[in-house]
Amino acid sequence: MSAAIEVAPVRRNAFLAGLIRLIREKPLGAIGLAIVLVFLVCGIFADVIAPYGINQISPVNRLKPPSARFWFGTDHLGRDMFSRILYGAQLSVIIGLSAATLATLISVTLGIVSGYFGGRIDMLVQRVVDAWMSFPELIILIVVVSVVGPGMFQVIGILGLTFGIGGSRIIRGAVVSVRENMYIHATQSMGATTTRVLLRHILPNIMAPVLVLFSTRVGAVILVESGLSFLGFGVPPPAPTWGGMLSGSGRTYMYLAPWLALAPGLCLTCVVYGINMLGDALRDLLDPRMRGSR
Amino acid sequence: MSETPLLEVDNIKVHFPIYKGVIARQVGAVKAVDGVSFSVNRGETLGLVGESGCGKSTTGLAVLRMLSTTAGTIRFDGTDITHLSRAALRPFRRRIQMIYQDPFGALDPRMTVGQLIAEPMIVHNIEPNRAARDTRARDLLSMVGLRQDMAERYIHEFSGGQRQRIGIARALAMQPDLLICDEPVSALDVSIQAQIVNLFQDLQARFGLTYLFIAHDLAVIRHISDRIAVMYLGRIVEIAGREALYDHPKHPYTQALLAAVAIPDPDIEATRPHITVTGEVPSALNPPPGCRFHPRCPLAIDRCRTEEPQLRDMSNGQSVACHLA
Repeated sequence: MSAAIEVAPVRRNAFLAGLIRLIREKPLGAIGLAIVLVFLVCGIFADVIAPYGINQISPVNRLKPPSARFWFGTDHLGRDMFSRILYGAQLSVIIGLSAATLATLISVTLGIVSGYFGGRIDMLVQRVVDAWMSFPELIILIVVVSVVGPGMFQVIGILGLTFGIGGSRIIRGAVVSVRENMYIHATQSMGATTTRVLLRHILPNIMAPVLVLFSTRVGAVILVESGLSFLGFGVPPPAPTWGGMLSGSGRTYMYLAPWLALAPGLCLTCVVYGINMLGDALRDLLDPRMRGSR
Repeated sequence: MSETPLLEVDNIKVHFPIYKGVIARQVGAVKAVDGVSFSVNRGETLGLVGESGCGKSTTGLAVLRMLSTTAGTIRFDGTDITHLSRAALRPFRRRIQMIYQDPFGALDPRMTVGQLIAEPMIVHNIEPNRAARDTRARDLLSMVGLRQDMAERYIHEFSGGQRQRIGIARALAMQPDLLICDEPVSALDVSIQAQIVNLFQDLQARFGLTYLFIAHDLAVIRHISDRIAVMYLGRIVEIAGREALYDHPKHPYTQALLAAVAIPDPDIEATRPHITVTGEVPSALNPPPGCRFHPRCPLAIDRCRTEEPQLRDMSNGQSVACHLA
């Protein structure tokens, strides 16, 4: 309890204080944050870090195992896997984060409107969600991509929308349960505006499912994007997405050169793991009832 | 009594319709409150007692305008607030506050105590300056008997009595005129109950507050109320000054209710006469004709079964709804 009782310092450096709390109370979450940051930095500075160009082929060095020269080996065209992974971080992490952010925004908006206002609005929104969810996602994705053409922004938009509408059901459930709390009633009876009730009371109290939703979505988006790339509807080759590498050359040369699948696979696992750990830690840190507990 | 009462409730009814079938046909209504009238003067405490389900809390919520009334009018400080729009109601929302039975549920667990007390000041623009708000929130904390540095903490770190004090501080932040206290002490330990009841009385003396105090505990009601209204199945059966009600209850239901209070002396308790009421409270969906209490009343006569008794003024402000009184 000592951590909870100590008087909070003036919020001059709330961000730094939060970071210190994260490291001290949730070391796993701090590791998660570190992993995400490493991949983000790698993605952003891929141009500087990468020893070779992404499409720089070297027929002599085809399918070389990892070595001091090619850290993650080379693929069937003699392209350096390490460089491609770095650029892939750029694409996959950006797609993952932005599509998950978009999806979460859509889920939260739809879920709050539907759950809080209830009645006919809820009925209408939920039937639309039902209709959307009864359609196989992949079919929608393929149809839309064939209409608008493949590309990163299309993928972000479609995945964000699909996951967003599906996830709104979870947020709606959380809102319905939070709405019934007496403190919502108390705030309404005080004369507070609906906006205030929604933003100051409903939203903070559904942060736990929102964060879990977000962190699971990041991994899911990266994986679905790889599936799309495999079918040729994702970000078109030769762009180095992790999903594309995994399902393209990774799968074809799995027995001959396992590093082609292992390198993007492990990176994907690391990023998803990192984001999940960070999400869990944030969920606990943002809940005042969990203060001081591990 | 030339001055107008702060709150006048005139014949309000709150019915909850029951729908059935696919076309949502109304098949009936739960008459939770069915013709309740009373008034509360400035600086006074009106106690509202009755057993569970008799409509006490529903009455409180209707006065707060958190439930819509089926019929009747609610006047606050001379203004009819029964049908005011959301916007027109806002100034009254500040002046009428509610104290809840479960203060833990009524306070957002994600806000610090300081934020909780400051929130109404933001909503009603009472104190635009943030630092001044914080200062006032801390002042309010000490006013309700808590330490100022508790403003940094969260609600789960407090005991039941402390939480109720925080709930009171939050209500006081709006400088209200009327507090509707809905069973504010029934969830607390007996020793804490006394402290909170005393706090209510201190604050009333200090700020001239008016209370509509809803409870089922007759000892608490007796301690805090100036006048008391007894409810049974959605109606007021008797309303009187504290002494009159406890010394000469006129309505058989009030008599039975008071007789049910145990006397802390086994010898007297064993010999004193008991008025016992048999049976169950009838359903508010289909209340009995005539006097609502007649199926359980030991004194009921034929007239009680057909004619509904109205509240009649007996003497010095004691009103009873009974043919026999």
